[in-house]
Amino acid sequence: MSIFKSLLCFSLGSANMVVAEELIGPGLGIQAPPAMLKQWNRDVFPDGAGLPLGRGTAREGEVVYRAHCIGCHGPEGRGGSAEELAGAEHSLIDDPPDKTIGTYWPYATTLFDFTRRSMPLSNPGSLTDDQVYAVTAYLLYLNRIIGPDGEMNARSLPAVVMPNRDGFIDNYRQDD
Amino acid sequence: MPKQLLNAVQPSAEIEAAGGGLLDRRLFLKQGLIFTAATWGAINSQTAKAGFERESWTKQPGKPFSNYGLPSDYEKKVIRWIMANDDAPGNGVSWTPLHELEGIVTPSGLHFERHHNGVPAIDPVRHRLLIHGLVKRSLTFSVSDLLQYPMQSRLCFIECGGNSNAGWRSEPIQTQVGYFHGMASCSEWTGVPLSVVLQEAGIKGRAKWIVAEGSDASMMNISLPLDKALDDCLLALYQNGERLRPENGYPLRLLVPGWEGVLNVKWLRRLNLAAKPVMARNETAKYTELLPSGKARQFSFVMEPKSVITHPSFGHRLDRHGLYQISGLAWSGRGKIAKVEVSADGGKSWTEAELQEPVLPQCFTRFRIPWRWQGQDVVLKSRAFDETGEVQPERSELIAKRGRHGYFHYNAIVSWAITEAGEISHVYL
Repeated sequence: MSIFKSLLCFSLGSANMVVAEELIGPGLGIQAPPAMLKQWNRDVFPDGAGLPLGRGTAREGEVVYRAHCIGCHGPEGRGGSAEELAGAEHSLIDDPPDKTIGTYWPYATTLFDFTRRSMPLSNPGSLTDDQVYAVTAYLLYLNRIIGPDGEMNARSLPAVVMPNRDGFIDNYRQDD
Repeated sequence: MPKQLLNAVQPSAEIEAAGGGLLDRRLFLKQGLIFTAATWGAINSQTAKAGFERESWTKQPGKPFSNYGLPSDYEKKVIRWIMANDDAPGNGVSWTPLHELEGIVTPSGLHFERHHNGVPAIDPVRHRLLIHGLVKRSLTFSVSDLLQYPMQSRLCFIECGGNSNAGWRSEPIQTQVGYFHGMASCSEWTGVPLSVVLQEAGIKGRAKWIVAEGSDASMMNISLPLDKALDDCLLALYQNGERLRPENGYPLRLLVPGWEGVLNVKWLRRLNLAAKPVMARNETAKYTELLPSGKARQFSFVMEPKSVITHPSFGHRLDRHGLYQISGLAWSGRGKIAKVEVSADGGKSWTEAELQEPVLPQCFTRFRIPWRWQGQDVVLKSRAFDETGEVQPERSELIAKRGRHGYFHYNAIVSWAITEAGEISHVYL
């Protein structure tokens, strides 16, 4: 117990209080190999950080969509058993509101991040980066954000300005 | 329960604390009665006709020992209800049957579930936690490494941000408490303070967020503010004394006390320290609350104070007049519950319920109050006050503030109407 310098604070704090900053661990972490960092890190940020090489157009994405997505999401992103992806007929202030990628999602990079990590449900992680770029382009096309020949790649995707980009109120402010 | 004991309490000895038959919360203590509320509506008023000979189970040896115990065969109805996608059975939810439970701890096998693509069968020997991004050293930890770190335990609820969302509907849902509010559960969690491993990796000055990721087929990610991570988050390894159940994140999950369930990432595999949030699907498209203005609240992490009367509630039936104990749960992500008030006349008058110890921050708190029901029409309500001064709102107040399409963070007062016949329904009042 003596290596955990400050276990004493357990008895000083109340029963349910976490006095974490005083604790010290045994230092068993191992330096992560670069190959692991590269393969494991799938986070894609709004500024494009994390996007891989690759490309795909909306037309190419339609082929991917028909092969892997249409079964649950329906033709042209609507009418399936899964979530509606496109085809909003009214707005966010109607009753009920129509929340789709085109009306609600603030960042196009989220589409790439989520599709690459989680979709399709039956075989997640099976699409190539080119296929994910292409199907992202197709979903943006279905939501009338880019044209049918629009291409998505590491440069064009973060440059897409989504219609609801400024639709969110940050409800949490961290202490500086 | 022995009825004659209850009948021994004379109405003349009771102090009426509020309308509708609510009595002083200390009544049971004063009378020295031992009282259980575990059998609402389940008591058969017909006394069994059997004789008084030895029961069959006292005349033969019982079952031998078991390696892992299970509930009684007579408790098989106490289960999680499942609502999943027909095309993807691992995508959906299951609810904790709060209306069947007492006390504050949720049995591990009844903890609510929200999975996006099934429960992974993780080999703990192969599982790794990776910490990288804005750190001085990118580190990996095995589960056996983490089991050697200093640990802490705390009782803590986890509540899905979408819990109680049926409350937004225009008509009150008629279902048991668990299938309305049961995406909230409470366990004792034990694990390593997240701050310990973060400090081992060395936090760089620009880091403000941590993107956490799970190791299931959905591999969902979400951004957690660094200040919360350093404050009270745990890398949880144990739940209610045993290693985590697979459906609760075995072998490792994040515990983010008092904040939306979605942040308590199960099957935790990766923590990426970053200057800004990743803007994942679950912090943009989902878990944001659309307001009537068309703007949406984002990063509204803290679960606000909530309470609900679990006994009596929808699905129970009052089959006698007389003394009852009202029992319920209250919790707040902001801290401890300070008090719970109960009304039996639809909110015209309120009185304070007894809070059962322990009363802990970010933890279920059990409240109880005695009540005499003489067949009158009543509407039972409860409202929670937390130690920060936040009060559970009436439904009309919540809707005036947020509209009806926010979906997440519904915490309004719940009303149960009881008819002269003892039937209980959910009402908006």
